[in-house]
Amino acid sequence: MIKTTLDIARTSTGKSLRTEEMVVNMGPQHPSTHGVLRLEVVLDGEIVVDVIPHIGYLHRCFEKHCEHMTSYQQVIPYVDRMDYVAAMTNEMAYVVAAEKLLKIEVPERVHYIRIIMAELQRIASHLIAIGTFGIDMGAFTPFLYYFRDREKILDLFEMTCGARLLYNYMWIGGLSHDLPPQFVEKAKQFCVDFKKTMKEVNDLLNYNEIFIKRTANVGVLPKDLAINYACSGPMLRASGVDFDLRRDDPYTLYNKFEWNVIVGKGEVGVVGDVWNRNMVRQNEMWESVRIIEQALATLPEGDVKKAIPKRIRPTPGDAYGRVEGPRGELGFYIVAEDSVTPFRIKARAPAFVNLSVINEISKGAMLADLVAIIGSIDIVLGEVDR
Amino acid sequence: MENILQLLSNPIVSAVLMALAPLLFILPYALVTIYIEMKMAAHIQNRLAYMQTGWHGTLQPFADILKLLQKEDIIPTAASKFLFILAPYLVFVGTYSSFAVLPFSSAFIGSNIDLGIFFLIAVSSLVVVGLLMSGWASNNKWSLFGALRSAAQIVSYEIPSALAILGVVMVSGTMSTQEMTHFQDGGIGQWIIFGGNLPLWQKLSLIPFMIILFLIYLVSSMAEVNRTPFDIPEAESELVQGYNTEYSGMKFAIFYLAEYANLFLVSAVVVILFFGGWTSPFGTFLSGPVWGAFWFVTKGMLFVCLNIWLRWTLPRLRVDQLMYVSWKVLTPFALLCVLAIGLIVVM
Amino acid sequence: MTAQEIHDIIKAQFSDAVLEVKIEGARDPFIKILPEKIKDVAQFVRDHAQMKFDYLMCLSGVDYKGKLGVVYHLYSLTHGHKIVLKVEVSTDTPNVPSVESIWKSANWHEREAFDLFGIHFEGHSDLRRILLPDDWEGHPLRKDYEVPEFYNGMKVPY
Repeated sequence: MIKTTLDIARTSTGKSLRTEEMVVNMGPQHPSTHGVLRLEVVLDGEIVVDVIPHIGYLHRCFEKHCEHMTSYQQVIPYVDRMDYVAAMTNEMAYVVAAEKLLKIEVPERVHYIRIIMAELQRIASHLIAIGTFGIDMGAFTPFLYYFRDREKILDLFEMTCGARLLYNYMWIGGLSHDLPPQFVEKAKQFCVDFKKTMKEVNDLLNYNEIFIKRTANVGVLPKDLAINYACSGPMLRASGVDFDLRRDDPYTLYNKFEWNVIVGKGEVGVVGDVWNRNMVRQNEMWESVRIIEQALATLPEGDVKKAIPKRIRPTPGDAYGRVEGPRGELGFYIVAEDSVTPFRIKARAPAFVNLSVINEISKGAMLADLVAIIGSIDIVLGEVDR
Repeated sequence: MENILQLLSNPIVSAVLMALAPLLFILPYALVTIYIEMKMAAHIQNRLAYMQTGWHGTLQPFADILKLLQKEDIIPTAASKFLFILAPYLVFVGTYSSFAVLPFSSAFIGSNIDLGIFFLIAVSSLVVVGLLMSGWASNNKWSLFGALRSAAQIVSYEIPSALAILGVVMVSGTMSTQEMTHFQDGGIGQWIIFGGNLPLWQKLSLIPFMIILFLIYLVSSMAEVNRTPFDIPEAESELVQGYNTEYSGMKFAIFYLAEYANLFLVSAVVVILFFGGWTSPFGTFLSGPVWGAFWFVTKGMLFVCLNIWLRWTLPRLRVDQLMYVSWKVLTPFALLCVLAIGLIVVM
Repeated sequence: MTAQEIHDIIKAQFSDAVLEVKIEGARDPFIKILPEKIKDVAQFVRDHAQMKFDYLMCLSGVDYKGKLGVVYHLYSLTHGHKIVLKVEVSTDTPNVPSVESIWKSANWHEREAFDLFGIHFEGHSDLRRILLPDDWEGHPLRKDYEVPEFYNGMKVPY
């Protein structure tokens, strides 16, 4: 058990330092709540006594919208807008669920391209996560270094599908169109450059002494709590659970490639702290680069669309498809009845579930630690509120 | 003509003129530093900063000032109006009056009092009152947090910085800033960081302690001007903007000006204490009253740039870590250094 | 473990609680449970050594037109198998025991289902609206929901 600052303050003076508590409203307009999250924070001096999250400021009735589409394909642009920093992964999750519902098998080349896109997107998303986390810690400079690399990924996406943020690229039964010429060379070049630049930024931020002091042993999420709260993605792995959907519940051809699941080891603090969550993301990017390089090297030829009817009418039933998004398990539960529109779509947003643990891990931390904890959960409010 | 001379010889008029003189320095200095800071930050971060207004954006600071002047001056309804208006001026006064004892050159010093450096420590603490006032008067919980944090921080860091100054005063034997500079006249070897104007064995044994004292003063001065890694009172990502959240327009500009003025002030103190003030590093070469002003401002700006560099490189500390650094690291080391310097100087 | 084996264990323990099971032909095999028993079944499947469903992937509310349902997607990190539990309640008395005390992740999912479907989870520690404003009327994801004309004096359909 880690001693919180409150404990230390109490034991060192031998008496309670508790004074009158103060309720402050953090958000929805606050620089470090990553959007429009509102936290009702009860503070005892600088020490957090209780945190009550209030969400829903960005609720756009995604699930209701889906029930009023004219086809299953039409949902995809809406899915993009859920987690707007990792739109490719959202599309991937939705098409995986829909293809499971329709029992469609897609050509091999589609799988490869999807993996390349999803991993590029994971890198782009992690770059934002770590960069903005640096801003939360007061280090502004690494953020722009990370954005420089993200820009290159967005350029790759732009040449593929014309959009930089909301792609509408993966369709049920395939892709909207094939990779452009030169994509493979440019993506390979990106992998080479990225490895170099990542190394220097890693030294600038993640192994900075002040950064370690600020993040190690802060916001510790124990293993059993992480599982009980169904945390997923880097959040779960940083707590020492060796679990990655890409390996343990394979939804596409990830098993063909050689890569490792990154688990938090607690190099500088304890397993499950803020530093580990950040470091899991950092190291995952290396693994993603490995996957991309292998996929690019063995990219098969072939068709990128499977002939499916324009107006898909699945047999009644339901299916739950999930993928490993940058933030964790992103799932779509689709209920179909005999119709061309989905009867019900529920999005299992990883950030929504991960955020629910915040009250548990931020009690007894300092106000500045709370900022670090929010940053380390890596929430995207578009996904939390849907 | 005679009338003008007569007017100038009037002690009150000359005192007012003398008091306004640093303003002639501070205003252009602030414009230049805003520009330097933005450009340095940009180049550290792999970008260009403003390029559109004038050659390489040189007119941008003027545009910024113009914008701030035009902005609506908002006073929150629930704010304590009198204190809210008074606070930024108090902060600026605290910083500005300290400029009185800065010896810009051998020929110019606002007021050459015997207790110069002591006056500086005393008056620059006035800033805390202004910050507390602004935080409280804003009637905003985040601002109050910022104000309380800054009070705790500045008061804590005044102790190691005062001890560091004490060490230098023991070596130079004077509290007057002008005399302290004269003590270091005669080239780079005579600067206090290299033991000052003392016999050789004393110089050599003083150097390690002076370097430690210099680092202590540098760190605590950064904390006193609230800049990263010690920008906890402002802490954009935690406290939005701390004590100046509610300020806009001219009042915000004055806070800004005071911050930059304060930045030069502490850098200038570093220069006076350790790096020979206005003296030329080459002995008599390039020395004299005008060159003195050049050296003083150049050395000061070097430390301003050092501050900017650190600000855009390092993350921010947490409030308890900040206190730890002050009370458990800097203060004991400063005390040890003062003790050692005392022994060396007495022997 | 296969879905059939999981079903057999649950059936042996709660013979009267299992209403329906679909394993062959289903994309995700599911077991329909009597609503009153869902908490006991949930506790049982989480603690049973062979099943150990320690991870609640997803909890969704569904409006089956006339009936409301709750769907629990369970996964076991220990054994790597999954199962779907379903309950159905009438729209008039949509009371389902809360599983929040078993899987903490159900907390927000149940609040969401309460918010959007009006399913009342008995025994939930903090059953408030989560996505919509506290003073919103109605439960929008129900199929018979009609958009109100005004919300706090503001026109809603624009």
